[in-house]
Amino acid sequence: MRNAYRLLLIGGNSTMKHTISVLVENKFGVLARIAGLFSGRGYNIDSLSVAETTDPTVSRMTIVVRGDESIIEQITKQLNKLVDVIKVQDYAGMPFLERELILVKVHTSAQTRPEIMQIADIFRGKIIDVDHSSLTIELTGTSDKIEALLDLLKPFGIRELVRTGKIAIARK
Amino acid sequence: MKGCEIVIDALLKEKVEVIFGYPGGAIMDVFDALYESPIQFFLTRHEQAAAHAADGYARATGKVGVCIATSGPGATNLVTGIATAYMDSVPIVALTGQVPTPMIGNDAFQEADIVGITRPITKHNYLVNNVDDLPRILKEAFLIASTGRPGPVLIDLPKDVQKAESGVAYPTKVELRGYKPTYEGHPQQIKKAAQEIAKSKKPVIYAGGGVIGSEAAGELKEFATKTGIPVTTTLLGLGAFPETHELSLGMLGMHGTVYANYAIAESDLLIGIGARFDDRITGKLSAFAPNARIIHIDIDPSSLHKNVKVDVPIVGDVRCVLKELNKIVKRCDTGAWLKTIAVWKKKHPLVYERKDGKLRPQFVIEALREITGGDAIVVTDVGQHQMWAAQYCKVVKPRSFLSSGGLGTMGYGFPAALGAQAGFPKKLVVVISGDGSFQMNIQELTTAVNCNLPVKVLILNNRYLGMVRQWQELFYKGRYAATCLARNISCPKICDGKAKKCPPYVPDFVRVAEAYGAVGFRVMKEKDVRPTLKAAIKTPKPVVMDFVVEQEENVFPMVPAGATVQEMIKGVELV
Repeated sequence: MRNAYRLLLIGGNSTMKHTISVLVENKFGVLARIAGLFSGRGYNIDSLSVAETTDPTVSRMTIVVRGDESIIEQITKQLNKLVDVIKVQDYAGMPFLERELILVKVHTSAQTRPEIMQIADIFRGKIIDVDHSSLTIELTGTSDKIEALLDLLKPFGIRELVRTGKIAIARK
Repeated sequence: MKGCEIVIDALLKEKVEVIFGYPGGAIMDVFDALYESPIQFFLTRHEQAAAHAADGYARATGKVGVCIATSGPGATNLVTGIATAYMDSVPIVALTGQVPTPMIGNDAFQEADIVGITRPITKHNYLVNNVDDLPRILKEAFLIASTGRPGPVLIDLPKDVQKAESGVAYPTKVELRGYKPTYEGHPQQIKKAAQEIAKSKKPVIYAGGGVIGSEAAGELKEFATKTGIPVTTTLLGLGAFPETHELSLGMLGMHGTVYANYAIAESDLLIGIGARFDDRITGKLSAFAPNARIIHIDIDPSSLHKNVKVDVPIVGDVRCVLKELNKIVKRCDTGAWLKTIAVWKKKHPLVYERKDGKLRPQFVIEALREITGGDAIVVTDVGQHQMWAAQYCKVVKPRSFLSSGGLGTMGYGFPAALGAQAGFPKKLVVVISGDGSFQMNIQELTTAVNCNLPVKVLILNNRYLGMVRQWQELFYKGRYAATCLARNISCPKICDGKAKKCPPYVPDFVRVAEAYGAVGFRVMKEKDVRPTLKAAIKTPKPVVMDFVVEQEENVFPMVPAGATVQEMIKGVELV
């Protein structure tokens, strides 16, 4: 927090993406509390993913938010204030690994199919379904990698895209 | 035990003596269990009043206030009271009935998702699904409400849970892994604060409701007198430091004293204690205390750095931190600074027009202050009268001035006063209200009379929603839209308030009071103010005093919203 504050003094109002990991009680209503905190205070969530941890009484939420340092500071403090929140960790400024999963259905024809399969292969994507006019690719990776694939697939026509939102883990 | 009995058992174990509420279908079992219990129950005439009464009880006594209502409309009627308590960090526990668990979500009769509705206005809330969880939840609720930064907690009790049997005992202790408020301040930060204080030449203490909440008025007084630093308080901080003390600057902010606001503007060190740098305090943020280093002591980490940048943040309980700080601080070199302030105090005291013989609201409050000697518990509503009360009550003791600050809830005063009176049956409890605010919970005259809660209500009746009218006069070209309370259907559409003939004012508060079985007085002249107040205080019943005061009196000084101290409107000048 102190580092964040120093940045505020030096860097001004630069808006940055932050990946925040939140350990919460695995109880009903907790997601609504977190979502309500963000909407009620006007913070934007870029993505959110939730699942149980190895301890079935605890869930982990990985939240990607955007905001200047003072907003991120408020977000982490407000999260910490919730009784059902056990731990909040902002991964900014520390080494961490992140992944997203997408399922993307791309329009194909007999002519374009080989090229699309080749692109998927380069990205180590998996073809998980195919029919006469489309192909469904599964891909995991960082947001950058996923954006790069989607960029290449766009000219062929993306019929449907399902994206999980980011999950992340600290390296230490 | 049945769920409903577990509830009453828990209340007794938590030493709850009084409850305010209103029954209904979905909470009947709890009321049934309450029927023969030693807890004193106060039946209000509206659930909102029950929540405010619990709040007033909590603010006056320092204990947790408890209110209870049924599902659906009963629960939603509590909402304003809960939000009021949340904004001002008041510990209350609200119990609501709920439709039976199998019916939840079916749009059943009198069903409302009150846990969803109150999520952003409670510190925490619970829907009890299993009666075996109930003892733990009740224990947690009282712990959460009363510790850390206090606040309201709501427990929603489905009817089948109230009826279900459980053998689980009431826990003596609960452990919440996500809730660990910090009480002790960081020693290094406290040391740093002491160094800043030693260096400063023009320090000011800015104390808020947190000082009262943590019972730190004694520590604050020691801190101020030991260092020789002047103290200004927020509205909620009134009583945290005796306003009769020479180091007191009174209230700061939008309607604060000129000298308090000048002192902040000129200060080189601002010590915020249990206060949150609210917009009614700071005005234009970029021009607030421009030359000051800032120390901020608060138990809520999210209060720090929220509105202003802080040089020495200290997270901790105000009392714990001040105790440590008092061990190491020394007298500051504030002689010249206090002289400067004394000049401002002399030049810009709180004043109002006294020469024309008209009955002014400030005069009524000064008379009340003189007669009670600061011994009464004063509870205010919201509006002009609230600000005059804050300016002229000269509060000397903590928990003797109760007011809705954060939410600014009109209608708070009267029911909150009933709560305070329930907590202190022998003390004099006075409501300072306006003719607008009082009508928002006027039905509680029944509660006051039937429960023998002899509060004294002063209505400073200016026939206007005065604060809004003041803003209309100052910022909306005198267009008095919907603020005249005397207005009726016969009035012209456009009226600047200068009409020769106005309709008779409705209601006649004296006759209203009498209709409820209370006592009513009307006062039109200055000379009748003191005798009436004295007579009211002697009357062992609830009394309503209708002071028909100057209509267009304004609250000054005033720093307009979002403005700077330089833009302050000072009002009447001493001649």
